[in-house]
Amino acid sequence: MKANGSFSFKKVMHWPIRSAGLNFAFGYGVVFVLSAIFCLSFIWWNTTGQLDRSVQAAVQIDARDLQQRWLHGGVEDLTIAIQDRLDQNVEDDELYLLTGPDGRKYAGNLPGWPVVIGNTNKFYELTIRRDGLRSQAKLHAYHLSAGYQLIVGRDIKGRQLVRHVLTDTLIWAGVMITLFAVGGALVIRRIFRQVVHSIVRTTSAVAQGDLGQRIPLVGNETDLVAHTINTMLERINRLMDGVKQVSNAIAHDLRTPITRARTRLEDASLHAFSDGELRAAIDRAISDLDHITSIFEALLRIAQLEAGARRSAFTVVELKPLLENLYEFYDLLSEEKGIKLNLRIKENGCVKGDPQLIQQAVANMLDNAIKFSPSNTEITLTSWVEREKVRIAVIDQGAGMPPEDIKRASERFFRAESSRHTQGSGLGLSLVQAVVNLHGGTMELSNCSPGFQVVLSFLVMNKKERKEVV
Amino acid sequence: MRILLVEDDSTVRSFILKGLREAGHVVDEAGNGKDGLFLAVSENYDVVILDRMLPGGIDGVRILETLRSQQNATPVLLLSALADVDERVAGLKAGGDDYMTKPYAFSELLARVEALGRRGRPETTPQTKLAIGDLEMDLLSRTVKRGNEKIDLQPREFRLLEFLIRHAGQVVTRTMLLERVWDYHFDPQTNVIDVHVSRLRQKVDKPFSTSLIHTIRNAGYILRAD
Repeated sequence: MKANGSFSFKKVMHWPIRSAGLNFAFGYGVVFVLSAIFCLSFIWWNTTGQLDRSVQAAVQIDARDLQQRWLHGGVEDLTIAIQDRLDQNVEDDELYLLTGPDGRKYAGNLPGWPVVIGNTNKFYELTIRRDGLRSQAKLHAYHLSAGYQLIVGRDIKGRQLVRHVLTDTLIWAGVMITLFAVGGALVIRRIFRQVVHSIVRTTSAVAQGDLGQRIPLVGNETDLVAHTINTMLERINRLMDGVKQVSNAIAHDLRTPITRARTRLEDASLHAFSDGELRAAIDRAISDLDHITSIFEALLRIAQLEAGARRSAFTVVELKPLLENLYEFYDLLSEEKGIKLNLRIKENGCVKGDPQLIQQAVANMLDNAIKFSPSNTEITLTSWVEREKVRIAVIDQGAGMPPEDIKRASERFFRAESSRHTQGSGLGLSLVQAVVNLHGGTMELSNCSPGFQVVLSFLVMNKKERKEVV
Repeated sequence: MRILLVEDDSTVRSFILKGLREAGHVVDEAGNGKDGLFLAVSENYDVVILDRMLPGGIDGVRILETLRSQQNATPVLLLSALADVDERVAGLKAGGDDYMTKPYAFSELLARVEALGRRGRPETTPQTKLAIGDLEMDLLSRTVKRGNEKIDLQPREFRLLEFLIRHAGQVVTRTMLLERVWDYHFDPQTNVIDVHVSRLRQKVDKPFSTSLIHTIRNAGYILRAD
């Protein structure tokens, strides 16, 4: 198996032509030549066969007629008949020979009885010499009574002619086809090159870092490849943008807490006079570091979600108990802040997903709502089913968000100017967005005067699908 | 408790070692997988702390699998820089009893190790009553009494208190509460757990002269009768 494989590989290696276009054209030419040879051979064989049959038929009819003459009028009549025919034969292709019992020639245009003709039940094809010219003839011998013998035949020069014409045609066709194949090969190679070239130009530009390049669509089959590559580039571009955005964000938003922690430690090391001061500074630095860690974890989690991992943990998630639990979990906190948390579940929808992630997404929404709501307001956690979709909404009565911020709210580390001073990392909604994307859902943010609402929509699972998953 | 610590980073190892010894435990240490595996199979420990990624070909999960294949049921706490949920699942599937990701607070580690050590001691009979000091908890009728006074608790408060009593005398961190009482595996941005505990405190401690639930700074809570 292995030897075989390497052998065929070697064979491929020895093939001298490296150009796909030329090989393509060459293969095409070979197929073309072979099919032309096959067609012409068939025509040749068919035509000559047809000629043979018509000659034979003519000879047989002729002979029967002459035999009748013999029966009616004997040697004289037959001699006259043969002479008549020869006289009337303009094309000079009819051959006759009538011999007597003694071998004497009575009539006909054949010089003598050919030695090879012995049988009277088959056609002979032989070369004869007549008037100093050699030609091919088809002959049939007949025994007449009283030792007389008759040969009737046809000169088949015509068939030779056909054969010549066909052979010439074959040769010329071969030459033409070869020329066409070579010319076609060059043309095809050119086309090939052009097609590949546009892809190569784009991909090499991309390889050198210009991610904005796209392969132009021209409307032929290569568009399939071009489209796939373009889609791939689009995705790479988006991921790269994400990476760039994250690294910028990390540079900006993580440097700050890291600097803070560092400054605290340095300050303590230089200026702390008592153990208590030192400890306090260290404790604060530790909590800064914990904050940094939590940002890292959130970032990693988002990245992981965006890479599309964790689909393996998908199961049927019943939203009602999940939301009830979260309500119970957050109710005390909101109460503490003087906010009333309401729970309104109109229908128990089921979605296919990861319960932990959905919990976390909704928890982030509630965290946000509680954080940004003034006291003596209400927050509503609600869920309903509408047109094949389960919606989960958190609606608060806070100040809302300026429209230009809403667009950017799910970007990593984005924090509205007004919330800069509050605690947090600006990753909450990014994570919600990532979770929603992983589940094939959507997240909508909107102001509802007064207040702000976040609505998540997931595709609802019907009973049949639920059974399949379980 | 007798504890085995397998960790390759010497700074982290000596720090944990110091902390565990200060907390009154006897600790053996190993800096690579080979020594760790040797100690783990030849000695008897109450808890094993295993770093997941170790140099020298034998990593934490290998040690864990070897232990479990020898019917050794010593509770194992896995430490790892791999925070990935899948990694977590892999570690727990291999037989780990708990999983912590780096970086971690020592108080959290200590709390978890002590919780694991206690789990190692099997309970002879299923408990129906829990008690600490003058606080009594009947798990069958789901009633709580302190002294002679009955305390009304919500179902979730009941679970919270039950968890605290079961780990009485040990530090219980916020993350542990979040995981074990609520089964949530995320980090809330807000101090929700504190609010729940303070609500419980209002009912269990406030009306009485002594308090049972104590806050441990930078760590969590402890239920103590003194």
